[in-house]
Amino acid sequence: MSAQREKDQKPSAGFLNSVLAVARKDLAAELRSPELLLAMLVFALLAIFIFNFALDLEPALRSRVTSGVLWTTFAFSGTLGLNRSMAVEKENGCLDGLLLAPVDRAAIYFGKAISNLLFLLLLEVVVIPVYSLLYGINLFNPGLLLVVLLGSVGYIAVGTLLSGMAVQARTRDVLLPILQFPIILPMLIASIKASDGFLTGVGLEDAVPWIILLIIYDVIFLAIALMVFDYVVEE
Amino acid sequence: MISVRKLVKRFGLKMILRGLDFEVQPGEFVALLGPNGAGKTTFLRILASLSRPSMGSVTIAGFSLPKEAAAVRVRLGVVSHQPLLYGNLTAEENLNFYGRMYAVQGLEERITQVLEMVGLSVRRRDLVRTFSRGMQQRLAIGRAVLHDPQVMLFDEPYTGLDQDASNMLDGVLSTVASQGRTVVMTSHDLARTEALATRFDILSRGVIAASASRSQMGKGDLMDFYKASLV
Repeated sequence: MSAQREKDQKPSAGFLNSVLAVARKDLAAELRSPELLLAMLVFALLAIFIFNFALDLEPALRSRVTSGVLWTTFAFSGTLGLNRSMAVEKENGCLDGLLLAPVDRAAIYFGKAISNLLFLLLLEVVVIPVYSLLYGINLFNPGLLLVVLLGSVGYIAVGTLLSGMAVQARTRDVLLPILQFPIILPMLIASIKASDGFLTGVGLEDAVPWIILLIIYDVIFLAIALMVFDYVVEE
Repeated sequence: MISVRKLVKRFGLKMILRGLDFEVQPGEFVALLGPNGAGKTTFLRILASLSRPSMGSVTIAGFSLPKEAAAVRVRLGVVSHQPLLYGNLTAEENLNFYGRMYAVQGLEERITQVLEMVGLSVRRRDLVRTFSRGMQQRLAIGRAVLHDPQVMLFDEPYTGLDQDASNMLDGVLSTVASQGRTVVMTSHDLARTEALATRFDILSRGVIAASASRSQMGKGDLMDFYKASLV
């Protein structure tokens, strides 16, 4: 039997190739019909417009609320994208198609996470300049952009894992934010505090502990996802 | 090729499969028949490594599930009543994606072959969401045979197809079976099943209640055999 098994060996796609195939597939589908990106963008732009009029702040106070408004906008619009990204896999039973592939299921997680991260970063690339214009605050600060990147990685690491869990449920649209927001709270607090440090000019030394916390958060949740995604998506 | 021993599957307190035994030889085309709720889809999902058995052993092509699931998956082609295809990608892009996931060698050439086999060459650059249900199901078969699997699992492939589409699917299924593959198919369409399968197993109350080969049955006997097995 073992000789037969060796003779029957078939090539496997390899971890990196599978990750890239999943990410490329998501990007190709989204570029063709940008439902996910459009929904996220419209929601985010509406949110910062509404915050602008609702808060009606003095120019001096605007920089103090900026990090909170920005991260609230990213978090809520990101959830829309994460929900849609996994819902696409549920349509036509595509999730089964992915799970039937002879690849490490962590590769499926990382492929989805990469495409989700690219969509969120694209949203941020549009929202940050619009916010800068609307609120009259320069957000093109390298430190702030680093915080946005680290926060987005943590957000997507958790969100992709939980959306894989929520997609099996009938109430997935409601379930994802309920599961996700308590878990991303430390990441949101760290991102807001670190962003504040750069925006109010308090200095790098105040932002560094929060940046370290963000890096630790990202590493921990990527490692957890790597270990448990296989069980999360299984029936 | 497929060996299942004392298979049990529970969902909570509900027992769906109750110590099921099942054996399939290489090249056999087994039709798995049974009423709704008999556990056919659950059984096929376990064979496809999409669901874990609660108890019992499952071996496909010498590899056991769920321990050696990746080795089993590379040898399996699965077609269900859903096409497992992305509507926003073209037929070619769908096959290209799955081909990469299965590390298919000479992928471009293989995609052309498969599209010819399922009669969709002229629609290769069209979005799958513009396809009729029958065309999607044919492409789903193309996706399932792309990596040249030894074992094919079909779960209600005729669901939602009109007469013409079902006739066309018959032709594709005959081609797939004639290539020496081992096939297990669930269906409620006894007439079509009778024309294709070499063996008929009746799944009832979580076990194989009866089994008969084509040579044991005359033309048109399947309905009587099916009814008698369910009593």
